[in-house]
Amino acid sequence: MRMKGKVLLSALLVAGFSAMAGESAAAAPPAINSGDTAWLLISTAMVMLMTPGLAFFYGGLVRRKNVLSVLMQCFMLLCLMSVQWVLVGYSLAFGPDIGGIIGNLSWLGLTGVGQEAHSVYANTTPHLAFMIFQSMFAVITPALIIGAFAERIKFLPFCIFSLLWATIVYDPLAHWVWGDKGFLGTLGGMGALDFAGGAVVHINAGMAALAAALILGKRVGYPDKTSPPHSLPFAMLGAALLWFGWFGFNAGSACAANGLAASAFVMTNTAAAVAGLAWALMDLIFNRKATVLGIITGAVAGLVAITPAAGFVNPMGALAIGLGAGVICYFSVSFVKVKFGYDDSLDAFGVHGVGGIWGAIATGLFATKTINPGGADGLFYGNPMQFIIQLKAVAITIVFSFVASYLLFKLVDITMGLRVDTDEEKIGLDLTEHREAGYTMLE
Amino acid sequence: MEEVLQNLEDKEIHLVTVTSVMGRGRQKGVSTVYRSHKEAGTLLKKIKLEIAVNDDYVKVAIDAIVDGGRTGQIGDGKIFILDLHECMRIRTGETGNIAIG
Repeated sequence: MRMKGKVLLSALLVAGFSAMAGESAAAAPPAINSGDTAWLLISTAMVMLMTPGLAFFYGGLVRRKNVLSVLMQCFMLLCLMSVQWVLVGYSLAFGPDIGGIIGNLSWLGLTGVGQEAHSVYANTTPHLAFMIFQSMFAVITPALIIGAFAERIKFLPFCIFSLLWATIVYDPLAHWVWGDKGFLGTLGGMGALDFAGGAVVHINAGMAALAAALILGKRVGYPDKTSPPHSLPFAMLGAALLWFGWFGFNAGSACAANGLAASAFVMTNTAAAVAGLAWALMDLIFNRKATVLGIITGAVAGLVAITPAAGFVNPMGALAIGLGAGVICYFSVSFVKVKFGYDDSLDAFGVHGVGGIWGAIATGLFATKTINPGGADGLFYGNPMQFIIQLKAVAITIVFSFVASYLLFKLVDITMGLRVDTDEEKIGLDLTEHREAGYTMLE
Repeated sequence: MEEVLQNLEDKEIHLVTVTSVMGRGRQKGVSTVYRSHKEAGTLLKKIKLEIAVNDDYVKVAIDAIVDGGRTGQIGDGKIFILDLHECMRIRTGETGNIAIG
């Protein structure tokens, strides 16, 4: 405790000193701002909570016999990806650039990632704070894919796939968009805007989800004989935790406790709310009843779509993006999936893939420098070029993510076998993969 | 359900076993909608009562249940009346009428 007090005190002194020194001290290492650091660390904890939240969201939607398998997959990724990130992931994604494609290996095991600020990433907070904030994104992104292969995947191949996918798909894409000199992003790249992960997280996970659904095939009995969600109260709890955590996800991506963070916070809430409303309305129109599953799915779709835009759009933009997300994702889940007949069990592609694509494109429409001078104007603010850039970035993300994920799934499928036996699938993964039961009958 | 139990109580029939079950009769199941996917729903939630009584109380119990449970619509349910071969109270070892209570 005494040590901590000392460190904090000296950090404050440094902050005070450089503030007095003013503009002339531009060359000095950037000062740590305690407010920014506190907000980034709190945001990290909030984003961490999203993965268990997602577990309950997905867990509630599967059948009783598979609830633990989904909770386990999410929790396993929290452990697995946290370790991968510290050992190699962060270095690949954010380490010193190689040709705009990937980070080099000089930050393996967090070598050189310390308590001082980095000159580019979140430069008023300790480099370690930015690193751990980013780690939670690396955790939840592969967890989103679970929605596509839930109820029929073997556990060990799932772990191997996730590890490979994080290293070969997520880390490079994160570098392209957010890494210093990554070729897609705004730090010396082509200038695609992605505030908190529309492309890196949601399109990426969504395309991998589509690949998974295509390779694994349908669940036994789909679509007519798969029972309904076993616990919508769980799903609602999970969705609410996701919404809560998303404030850290989006507002935390400002990497500072400032006006931009507040703006992103407001846009996030607005888009989620209007998307939930839109879905409920669509349900009323097409199914004559507003449903719980509908409104929470809509809210999540809105959160997905506002993710790339949160720090670049104004409230009207957020409303439009949320509304679009509710309507577009509704159609993708209710009609497109049915028409093409793939079994994306929990709609990971339909909500995250489609919502992410809409959000990334809409950022090119609604972005405005009046909200974020560091961003860009979109089509509706007189800059069609940004719209083109967003389209290009979306196309590149879709192709790379789908192809790479498809090949990885195939590789694991050929070498280990991805899918459980039909008998095991009928018995349920809780028992066959984990030798546990989510619910007991007696006591 | 509350009315049926109250009626039975009023007639001094206190010993009842209640089970939550799934089943279907003439009214079939109820369909539900999840993300626009309609589940046909072949079963309905029902409640099953098991009541063991002595002969004098059979008519009383039936009246109590019908009085409390009838709405006149399909789905009110059925009463099955079965003979009990034997009964034994585990605590005391008593058998027959006295064990039924």
